[in-house]
Amino acid sequence: MSPADTLRFAGRAAFAYPLRTALMVLAMAIGVAAVVVLTALGDGARRYVIGEFASLGANLVIVLPGRNETGGVNAGSFITNTPRDLTLADASALLRAPLVSRIAPLSVGNSEIAVGGRLRETMVLGTTADYLAVRHLALAEGRFLPQESLGHASAVAVIGGTLKRELFGNEAAVGRMIRVGDTRLRVVGVMAASGQGLGFNTDELVIVPVATAQAMFNTNTLFRIMVEVRGRDALAAAQRQMEDILRSRREGELDVTLITQDAVLGTFDRILGALTLAVAGIAAISLAVAGILVMNVMLVAVTQRTGEIGLLKALGATGGDIRRAFLVEAALLSLAGALAGYGLGQLGAWGIRLAYPVLPAWPPDWAVAAGLGTALLTGLLFGVLPARRAARLDPVQALAKR
Amino acid sequence: MAQIELAGIDRSFTVGDSRVHALSALSLAIEAGEYVAIMGPSGSGKSTLLNLLGLLDRPDAGHYRLEGRDVTTLSADEQAAVRRSRIGFVFQSFHLVPRLSAAENIALPLTLAGIAPAERERRVARALRDFGLEERARHRPDELSGGQRQRVAIARATIMQPALLLADEPTGNLDRHTGEEVTQLLEALNAAGTTLIVVTHDPAMGRRARRQLMMEDGKLKSDSARQSSRAERPPPAPEPLG
Ligand SMILES: Nc1ncnc2c1ncn2[C@@H]1O[C@H](COP(=O)(O)OP(=O)(O)O)[C@@H](O)[C@H]1O
Ligand SMILES: [Mg+2]
Repeated sequence: MSPADTLRFAGRAAFAYPLRTALMVLAMAIGVAAVVVLTALGDGARRYVIGEFASLGANLVIVLPGRNETGGVNAGSFITNTPRDLTLADASALLRAPLVSRIAPLSVGNSEIAVGGRLRETMVLGTTADYLAVRHLALAEGRFLPQESLGHASAVAVIGGTLKRELFGNEAAVGRMIRVGDTRLRVVGVMAASGQGLGFNTDELVIVPVATAQAMFNTNTLFRIMVEVRGRDALAAAQRQMEDILRSRREGELDVTLITQDAVLGTFDRILGALTLAVAGIAAISLAVAGILVMNVMLVAVTQRTGEIGLLKALGATGGDIRRAFLVEAALLSLAGALAGYGLGQLGAWGIRLAYPVLPAWPPDWAVAAGLGTALLTGLLFGVLPARRAARLDPVQALAKR
Repeated sequence: MAQIELAGIDRSFTVGDSRVHALSALSLAIEAGEYVAIMGPSGSGKSTLLNLLGLLDRPDAGHYRLEGRDVTTLSADEQAAVRRSRIGFVFQSFHLVPRLSAAENIALPLTLAGIAPAERERRVARALRDFGLEERARHRPDELSGGQRQRVAIARATIMQPALLLADEPTGNLDRHTGEEVTQLLEALNAAGTTLIVVTHDPAMGRRARRQLMMEDGKLKSDSARQSSRAERPPPAPEPLG
């Protein structure tokens, strides 16, 4: 029998039992759709987090108070308890490292902001003029904090776009006075809309000189220090220089943690990549279940069509002809299931993207290929046994059936 | 050389603990173009003999020469090729593929033989015309009468122009009138040169054949052509069975 005829014969057979075919296609489709949707979700989460961290910049080192014992980056890196505080002196000392180009010490707190009668709760970020360059941010109006010494607490503020709209409406904000807590400050600039960014959304932030913030919150510690290094290649060397400086400032003990974007990205990439893989594995199990279903359905088909198999043999079909016909039938059902599942999965991923626009829930190519491939392979693999059974039937006994 | 030569054929089945000798020490020769009826009580081995002749079954002992070639030693695929090109089957229960139309059922042997679609279509169209099935070409078996179904089955059995047509109770599922029609159809094919071997319960149908074989307990009890065949070729001495 020619390949085209085998395909046509198998196709007719598949269509002859619509309920059976529909069930099998559905089982396969659910498996493939699960792979597509779950990996889209996993990979979307991975890409989301990576995108967030990537916005930090590649030649950035973040210094946190507290030692992270494992040396690498884990969830603890962000919530270390603080045995010895980071101070402005530490920050200015870091500037002495030859490979450090810019620093931005951060001090944060919550306070009330008032303009005229309007009052609202807001987050205050104390930093320096270099923060703008370090974070690659832009201004909508006015200018940023002035270049001045770290200890200088000038009474100026830069506010986020949302705050500006809420407090000033359509009026000009630059040059106006605001009150933050008990401190009166002059607005010198308005931030451009930043959208998503790790940590703080600058749209609702009041940015003040770091000394001003420390005075406001009556503290001399820093939340963290952002350090920009001269070039990505210098990252490791710069990190060593910074560690030396900080160690010498803390009686030889390095109780701070230095995080680079690469380390963070690498860790998250690994964690979420593993998660995606695990999820794909779980989905693959449903494909294996579908494969077993294919086998059972095909075995039933062989039993149902025993008389027909006997007839084909009487008409001169070889064992190979019959084996191929049943194998192709199983493959066709799997293929239909895989394609239906692919469509369903893409639909699901589209639904997720619609519901959570921030999540880039696109199924990775490898997962789609693996899902479709596994579906076809399981279909064929689990189709072999029924096909061989059909091919081996004794024609006389097969014809005696029915 | 006869078209079919069986020599010392044994075929037995194990049922439970006992062995059933469906055929024992059977020898037989059939010339090309003969019209043979195989008769005998139920269980006498008629179907087993026909299956052997059609290469659907292998004997436990003995030799079967078809057109001068020993076919008992052929591989399964070689036997399939012989069935495909030389042998046509007609069954009591028609054995049509339910999801295929009459035309597609008739085309099945051509498809299995790998004949090109255009040629296939031409030959099926002629068969439909010859068997008066043109109106029914697109109908599925469940939309056909018993007589029409058997005509489709006969058209399918002869589409490859086999040398040998084997029919196991072809009229068993048909009423007398339709059965008569089908018998005439088979006889017409025989008249055109095809060897026709029919298993039948019906003595009237059996008498119409030019040669009658009577089976009993797996042995040939009588052969209406035995006189002449014995003169030419005495059957080998029966060997004692183990
Ligand atoms: N596949 C089989 N398994 C066991 N016994 C069989 C089988 N086929 C035939 N027989 C036995 O062989 C004998 C001859 O059967 P069969 O050729 O079908 O007879 P007939 O067609 O003359 O009625 C019977 O006794 C039957 O029970
Ligand atoms: Mg019988």
